[in-house]
Amino acid sequence: MRGDRIRGVLWGLAGVLAAMALWEGYKALAPADGIVIGELTVLPRTTDIAMPHIWDMVARLFDPVTRAAGADVLWWAVLQAAAFSLGIAALGWLIGVVSGMVLALLMQRWLTAESAVLPWVVLSQTVPLIAIAPLVKRWGTAIHIGSFEWENWMSVAVIASYLAFFPVAVSALRGLKSPHAADVDLFRAYAAGWWTGIVRLRLPSAVPYLLPALRLAAANAVVGTIVAEVSIGLGGGVGRMIIEFAATASGDPAKTWAPIFGAMLIGLVSAGLVSLIGLGLGRFRRGEAPA
Amino acid sequence: MTGTPVAVSVKAVDKVFRTRKGGEVHALSDVSLDVAPGEFVSLIGPSGCGKSTLMRLIADLDGVSGGEIEVFGKSPEQARKDQDYGIAFQQAGLLPWRTVRANIELPLEIHGVDARGRKERSDELLALIGLEDFADHHPDQLSGGMKQRVAIARAMAERPRLLLMDEPFGALDEMTREHMQNELVALCEETGAAVVFVTHSIPEAVFLSDRVVVMSPRPGRITGIVDLSFAARDEDLREDAAFYEGVTAVRTMLHGAEAGAGPRGVENR
Repeated sequence: MRGDRIRGVLWGLAGVLAAMALWEGYKALAPADGIVIGELTVLPRTTDIAMPHIWDMVARLFDPVTRAAGADVLWWAVLQAAAFSLGIAALGWLIGVVSGMVLALLMQRWLTAESAVLPWVVLSQTVPLIAIAPLVKRWGTAIHIGSFEWENWMSVAVIASYLAFFPVAVSALRGLKSPHAADVDLFRAYAAGWWTGIVRLRLPSAVPYLLPALRLAAANAVVGTIVAEVSIGLGGGVGRMIIEFAATASGDPAKTWAPIFGAMLIGLVSAGLVSLIGLGLGRFRRGEAPA
Repeated sequence: MTGTPVAVSVKAVDKVFRTRKGGEVHALSDVSLDVAPGEFVSLIGPSGCGKSTLMRLIADLDGVSGGEIEVFGKSPEQARKDQDYGIAFQQAGLLPWRTVRANIELPLEIHGVDARGRKERSDELLALIGLEDFADHHPDQLSGGMKQRVAIARAMAERPRLLLMDEPFGALDEMTREHMQNELVALCEETGAAVVFVTHSIPEAVFLSDRVVVMSPRPGRITGIVDLSFAARDEDLREDAAFYEGVTAVRTMLHGAEAGAGPRGVENR
């Protein structure tokens, strides 16, 4: 077991090193204008503007964000932005997981609900995020309850949840339906109610289906947050930072990559946090169902 | 039947399944049968004779199309709600995330027995099936025979006066199977429960039962009942002439039912 762990870490490191070697190797070997077939550029340019050296990108992290007096050092600014985005993504994930579970339970309980709702669930994911972002913002600002004011970060969380609920709803439904007919008969023989069946039979059976769905939902929530920050125009997060820094790309190419590292960090942290959930649920994964 | 207590009473029961294409399958036709308290009755017959269907009707897992079933003088639905029977299927059907003990305690837990009561009962049952040392194991760590023992213990958890068993030993090898049959005889003698036992195997039915109900398919019906009254059901019985007579009687009845076509789906071993 320990050996497997260490080997896993080593393979992970090897992967990162391979990616870095590929980057620098391509930059060193390919022509500056990239590889062009006819008039199509099939592989990118390798100039310092298009592909800065890795060490330049890393070094840039330790310089101030701007030349203005009192500016934060870049890595700290990125970290703050990443934490901000991670918070919103986490909220979006939570909303998405809860609504996905509720939908799945409804669909399991009533067959009509399944035939009425499932097509819409699938259809919902075909609508581009860019299209719904302004709508969510407009609907949100129309909400006035007492002193409650809808704020832009809430719109971003809603959009993140919109991407996150889908894998949860679909996988949870599959998981809730996964018990064998004999098990369902057994619970009927015990005169167990619907909720007892859910808690003692269907939810435990759904765990192997749910864990990968929760990870997918986390990845979706992160992507949704970053894209929605851009479309809603919410400052403070990684999404907006990517756009802002891109504007300075010609003068300060290495800086553009800093918020992208931030986005990767959010992805890694959220995936790690979600896999922690799986640790406590090992006993429900005995005789793992094919996912 | 004038005031005689009956565990199960099946009167002129019909069961028709409607297929998706609008066809009808006559699973049971005019089936009548009484099971006395403490009596061991086996249902035997080729595939499609409706023996499992009959058991499911008694358990209220399906409803009758015609006729009437009473379990301890109640409707099957009421008997199910009152937990008058315990049930075991061919696949042990243990919940993989629960330990052996927690699986046995499942019905008790669902019906609100407190932790101490559950522990006491599961201790008793674990001793009864000889798996005390495996209480904290999970089902995937058990052999097929052990799993089936746990499933039977679970069926007995609430001390039902009636056990319904649908080929509980069907998935076991012959050695384990005979061993399990011996254990089941002992368990039934201890608890005094009536048993309705569905099986494919003639020797198994003869060894276990007070009466063997022979069924035939298309439509599913009872073709005859073989009464068996052995002095004792132990290993010696398997070599006894009376045992072989019983096997022959059941086999003859099965073959007669099939009109010489040879029984299908029946094990003659």
